[in-house]
Amino acid sequence: MKSALTVFLKEVRENLRDRRTVINTLVTGPLMAPLIFVLLINTLVTHELDKAEKPLSLPVAGAQYAPNLIAALKQNNVEIKDALVDPEKAVREQDADAVLRIPADFAKSWDKGEPAQVEIVYDQSQRDSDSAVSRLRGILEHYGQRTGALRLLARGLSPTILKPLAVADRDQSTPQSRSGMMFAMLPYFFILGGFIGGMALAIDTTAGERERQSLEPLLANPVPRWQILAGKLGATTAFAITTVLLSILAFAVVGQFLPTEKIGMSLTIGVRFVVFTILIMLPLAALLAALQTTVAAFAKSYREAQTYLSLLMFVPIIPTMLMSLMPFKAQVWMYATPLVGQQVIITRLMRGDPVPDSALALCFVCTALAALIICVIAARIYRSERLAISA
Amino acid sequence: MIEVKDLHKAFGAGAKRVAAVDGASFTARDGEITGLLGPNGAGKTTTLRCLYTLMQPDAGQVLVDGIDAAVDPLGVRRVLGVLPDARGLYKRLTARENIDYFARLHGIETKTMHARREMLADALEMRDILDRRTEGFSQGQRVKTAIARALVHDPHNVILDEPTNGLDVMATRAMREFLKQLKREGRCVLFSSHIMQEVAALCDRIVVIAKGRVVADESPDALRAQTGEANLEDAFVKLIGTDEGLAA
Repeated sequence: MKSALTVFLKEVRENLRDRRTVINTLVTGPLMAPLIFVLLINTLVTHELDKAEKPLSLPVAGAQYAPNLIAALKQNNVEIKDALVDPEKAVREQDADAVLRIPADFAKSWDKGEPAQVEIVYDQSQRDSDSAVSRLRGILEHYGQRTGALRLLARGLSPTILKPLAVADRDQSTPQSRSGMMFAMLPYFFILGGFIGGMALAIDTTAGERERQSLEPLLANPVPRWQILAGKLGATTAFAITTVLLSILAFAVVGQFLPTEKIGMSLTIGVRFVVFTILIMLPLAALLAALQTTVAAFAKSYREAQTYLSLLMFVPIIPTMLMSLMPFKAQVWMYATPLVGQQVIITRLMRGDPVPDSALALCFVCTALAALIICVIAARIYRSERLAISA
Repeated sequence: MIEVKDLHKAFGAGAKRVAAVDGASFTARDGEITGLLGPNGAGKTTTLRCLYTLMQPDAGQVLVDGIDAAVDPLGVRRVLGVLPDARGLYKRLTARENIDYFARLHGIETKTMHARREMLADALEMRDILDRRTEGFSQGQRVKTAIARALVHDPHNVILDEPTNGLDVMATRAMREFLKQLKREGRCVLFSSHIMQEVAALCDRIVVIAKGRVVADESPDALRAQTGEANLEDAFVKLIGTDEGLAA
């Protein structure tokens, strides 16, 4: 094992002298997650707040047929705009979030006490229009109910007669759990951090060493190849873990300043979050490092290795995508699956949900086992004769 | 002492199969310089790679100081100093760090390591570059560093693959002197070359290899006598049966 340590120390020393590697490990990798988050959250929050507080700009066709309705809309912070020539087209092309159309016979139906129709023209596939449409619908329904109640009162009836059932919402989501969806991407950014941190070394110690023609002299030393590999894997893992650690710590600091409460969400980024996240990310960083080293060992050149590893970077995004798109219930097999386990646990920790110790242990052990298996595969590849030949 | 017995090594399979080494046998003795001479592609590098156990021969035996390479490859590598065809250095490390790295991999004590390194630095006249990073080294400086790191563990047997490749006249002369010094120290020196003059000037024994086979294993004088040619180069051409790939 002494030789493995020698290799480890040499790789660490050599790569610490490479400014690009150091910047990737200590700056770009760790800061990427928090930075993207601050950007994302800030844009989102500003956007939502804007929508809620700004007057709702609403083109209305046939405003002259319903002056009272228009007055009620104006009272509710709606800015009435002139009618558009083609409301359907305007909505499709996102010139307007929604358009209100009042037909010419509105007043006739209204006066006769028949349901008077108004149309909201919108495009549901434009997510941006959601809040505008629901605000408008709320105002319209409220106006309708008020008028209905007045009409009942005028006939000497109680308005409650139309409300045989009173439905009350009791939302069990907490501010933390509401932020969960939004933060489903977070584990991926931590994983990405580890990936970037280990990438330079994974390539440099395998394909890079071969390309520089230093692998053959190295293998001529009386050291078993698995020990050389162990040193290289160790160095790659150390860099990857450093990046992940810094990434989590940076996020813990930056997370305190995210304006999430403004939109009724909050994050639980305390000591517990940091400690448990680090605990389950450690074996994953080792797993990724081993995977990167294995893949890079196949490559003939530095460039080829870079291409392979860039493709490999997209693998961890798959569980992230699935989980942020589909609602799921945490199950045992999820904790036992590397990547998925981290995804579930980090999301739960952030939402402030309890994570059983057994789940943490399961996630740690299974990921560590997977890392070990990949290491054994890497060692087998390292035994092959072809690996050493430079030209 | 290095003994090679009926060595076979082929690459590829089926119709594409190429026998790089096809039954080579020779012996490199202690206190002698043995030259492995052959045209490009004759199997010199493959033979040497089998010697320092980077490759496993398909058949045949390699013995270094009596240690069987197939049985104890680590033991063989321990008594060998190797300057391979690929002699890349770590460019972000200084020459000293490059040498020390290999010394540590050989498990040498720190004190011995210092002594050996300093001795080699003097012998190779590379004291002035010892603390410079190897990035930007000239070819000669690179070869010196590579040799120092290959010999830092004081090996009894030294294998050098085309050691003068890319060196200028002065550096080549210095290299030859260094090889002679290794010989005077009683070591077994085996080097490969495709350059006739070099082999003629240095070697006690010449092993001519062509198409993976040993076609002659003699002293330079015996070689001249055997082929009936006064000139070694003509002898060489006669032995390998063609002047293709013969570069001076």
